[in-house]
Amino acid sequence: MSKGTIRQILLITDGCSNQGEDPVAMAALAKEQGIVVNVIGVVGNEESATRGIQEVEDIAMAGGGISQIVKAKQLSQTVQMVTRKAMTQTIKGVINQELRQILGDKETIEDLPPEKRGEVMEVVDELGETVDLEVCILVDTSASMASKLPTVQEALLDLSVSLTSRIGGNQFCLYTFPGKRRPIEKVLTWTPKIQSIHSAFSKLGSGGVTPTGPAIREAIGSFLNLPRRRMIEHADTYIEESGF
Amino acid sequence: MPTHISKNRDFNIPPGVIITGKWHKKQYQIIKPLGFGAQGSVFLAHSEYGRVALKFSWDNANITSEVNVLKKFAKVQGSALGPSLYDVDDWVTHRGTYSFYAMEFIVGTPFLECLRVRGFEWASVFMLQLLKDLERLHREGFVFGDLKPENLIVTGPPLKIRWLDVGGITEMGRSVKEYTEFYDRGYWGMGSRKADPAYDLFAAAMLMLHAADFRRFEKGNNPEKQLMTKVNDHPLLKPFAPVLTKALKGQYKDARTMRDEWLAITRETIIDVDRNTNRSTRTRMRKKKEWKGTFILALAIFFAYFIYVTFFVM
Repeated sequence: MSKGTIRQILLITDGCSNQGEDPVAMAALAKEQGIVVNVIGVVGNEESATRGIQEVEDIAMAGGGISQIVKAKQLSQTVQMVTRKAMTQTIKGVINQELRQILGDKETIEDLPPEKRGEVMEVVDELGETVDLEVCILVDTSASMASKLPTVQEALLDLSVSLTSRIGGNQFCLYTFPGKRRPIEKVLTWTPKIQSIHSAFSKLGSGGVTPTGPAIREAIGSFLNLPRRRMIEHADTYIEESGF
Repeated sequence: MPTHISKNRDFNIPPGVIITGKWHKKQYQIIKPLGFGAQGSVFLAHSEYGRVALKFSWDNANITSEVNVLKKFAKVQGSALGPSLYDVDDWVTHRGTYSFYAMEFIVGTPFLECLRVRGFEWASVFMLQLLKDLERLHREGFVFGDLKPENLIVTGPPLKIRWLDVGGITEMGRSVKEYTEFYDRGYWGMGSRKADPAYDLFAAAMLMLHAADFRRFEKGNNPEKQLMTKVNDHPLLKPFAPVLTKALKGQYKDARTMRDEWLAITRETIIDVDRNTNRSTRTRMRKKKEWKGTFILALAIFFAYFIYVTFFVM
């Protein structure tokens, strides 16, 4: 089996967008192009962020990805877990699609007896290890995120350590929003390893706006700069829920 | 629908509940929860195999992947390194279908608790046992991955360290997916998360750093220097500093070399354990006091005799 490429947008934010297009629509647009949108909501101790949490979940749902709300401290583990989980989900989606063609309408990996499922998961794990991954990271650097940014920075370096330990290739790019003059600022163009983002977070603009929608739109565009490869993608209806 | 990992955290099964497997129809009656981890929950249960540990995961795919590793691993498992695998099945409830597996329930004392009770001299023994097991596992092409006190249990007597949760076992050359920050080479900036023998040896060294004070510590600005200082300054770790340093820096290619060098140090070092030191100091002090008392008494008697002689005899 020739390996393909998985494309993801990873959005790290703490709250509500208030400028530009609807981020949920932009996430749906990403999904139409085979890009999965994962969202990590970084919350502080204030529990007044209900609307922010709702938006985080809506964006991930529209983007066919995974959402997770975390306290800043648990960010490192979460970022790598969400990325991996979303990869597995994409691969499983493709495999379920194939299974349906072979076994009939309702058959998914979960419907197989444990022994057969084990063999299929072997393939899923193997693919997850060897597939090429392209992740465009979007970091919300609005004023309320300022105190969390050192942790975000550490989490991203950690993500890079995790993913570059895989056999498959990696490409990362990094944007922050809001930018100084534009809604979004490019910090890192496509690179196989995140190394020096130290300076990136030090020159932060702290305006009152959070243009999440335009940021996602820009992130979709960033994938056009990459050489087109065979992509692993799957239609919405084929995603099967695993987990409890 | 996206998966919300956080929503799944409250997974619990009350004692007494009988779980019947969908495929193999085996029955398990829950006794009590054994632990809730980042990846799932483990319950103690009655079954036809006797008492077993049932593992459920937040993610059914996890269970399947773990079972795959356990099966491969079972083939190479001569004398038991980890728990034996009994059964894999699904539990169908009105809330959804949960995958689980049943494994041997290992009775023993948690690693750190055992050290606390028996003293640090046992840490060396467990380290040697652990390194021998790791060597065997590595030879079969696997890396333990999530090596931490919570995944180790001491059985016996004779005391033997055993692996409790083998969910982190990773094929050599792949990336380690399940890890705990404190014991993770990547977290300390001391290397990648690619599964190689040195990954486990780093964790084994961190295990000793944890055991020395019975506590983990926060990562500072210069992690490498911080770890080296700890190893060289701590009285319990100092004798093993050369081996620990090499393990932390990833300079061992295999567990055997590390074990040989550790063993060489134990041969020439008497571990000065707190407990013994205290006892000997206390006895010595008591002796000093007794001697003083006797001296004063003798002096008083001599003085009294002197007065007696002075007044009555003369």
